Amino acid sequence: MILIWLALAAAVCVPIAAAAASPLLAWRDPVYILACFSGIVALGLMLVQPLLIAGYLPGLAAYRGRRTHLWTGGALVVAVVIHVGGLWITSPPDMIDALLFSSPTPFSPWGVIAMWAIFSVALFAALRRRLGVRPRTWRIGHTLLAIVIVVGSVVHGILIEGTMETISKAVLCALVLAATIKVMTDLKVWRRRAKLREESIARQ
Amino acid sequence: MTIAVLNRRNLLAAGGSVLVTGVSGLLFPARAQGLAPTLSMQGGSNNYRAGAPTVDRIGKGGFWMSGTVRRAGDGAPLVGQRIQIWAHTTEGREHEPQSHGATLTDKNGAFRLEMPQIIPVFGQPHGHLAYDSGEFKTVFLRPVMRSAKDTSLEAHFVLQPV
Repeated sequence: MILIWLALAAAVCVPIAAAAASPLLAWRDPVYILACFSGIVALGLMLVQPLLIAGYLPGLAAYRGRRTHLWTGGALVVAVVIHVGGLWITSPPDMIDALLFSSPTPFSPWGVIAMWAIFSVALFAALRRRLGVRPRTWRIGHTLLAIVIVVGSVVHGILIEGTMETISKAVLCALVLAATIKVMTDLKVWRRRAKLREESIARQ
Repeated sequence: MTIAVLNRRNLLAAGGSVLVTGVSGLLFPARAQGLAPTLSMQGGSNNYRAGAPTVDRIGKGGFWMSGTVRRAGDGAPLVGQRIQIWAHTTEGREHEPQSHGATLTDKNGAFRLEMPQIIPVFGQPHGHLAYDSGEFKTVFLRPVMRSAKDTSLEAHFVLQPV
């Protein structure tokens, strides 16, 4: 049980520690460094999110897992805002180029698309009760946006030559992808709830 | 299925066309449209500071930025053209004045300026160069280094008269 938590902590903390040892930090100022690390933290949160919603984390199963998923989602939005805000302060023209999809760097559009998908999920989650969105519509909408978020973020991260150490970055990205695929197949998000209920009754 | 199409007819046709293009290229080297002007690169003008001083070296040096400046059409080297160079280096951020410097092209249209080591910033190890003196159309370049460990970088300008 504790092993799962240890493995998760390692998967998130090793890349952060490796980035903290990056020689590039010597030539970057605090705001830029903060922006870089909030990007790494956001990638780490992206690994926690599917595990929480599927109830794979010991002690945070079912309802508690889903509650925590909401809070981690909020933290993800904050991390992205700090990431983008910090980069904006560091070099406004480069950040504006990225946001307008006119950046010369191939990874920028992936990150910007993932950012908008993250904001959309957060907004959708906050308003879905008020708007009366049907659970199935919400589940499918959230799943599609989650795919955009994960793929966008992973490609964004892999293409960047920055503070993250290459191997620990690749491992974290692979874990995020694997967790997302595993949870989506396990939860059968595309199925109708009624059918799932029938199946689970049939299994008992 | 692919079939080898190396028969005598194809060989003659291909050889003939190579001969024709090759020979005509030798006879009329700068014909047709001639040398096309260099286009500004996306993001090239980011953190540009108009009028940065001409310097012998930016900061303490250790990294070489070099290139050539030629005229569009005939490709003639352009002498005494002012090229501004800037980057995020070990000695300063991209927008800071000490990270900027300008140099002039020599009689062969070549320039070479020593500057501090470029450090990857915004996800790519890159430099910036500008031609912005008015006689020709302004061009902003943003070359990317093959490796962040490189200690030199090249960029070439083909300028179009205004």
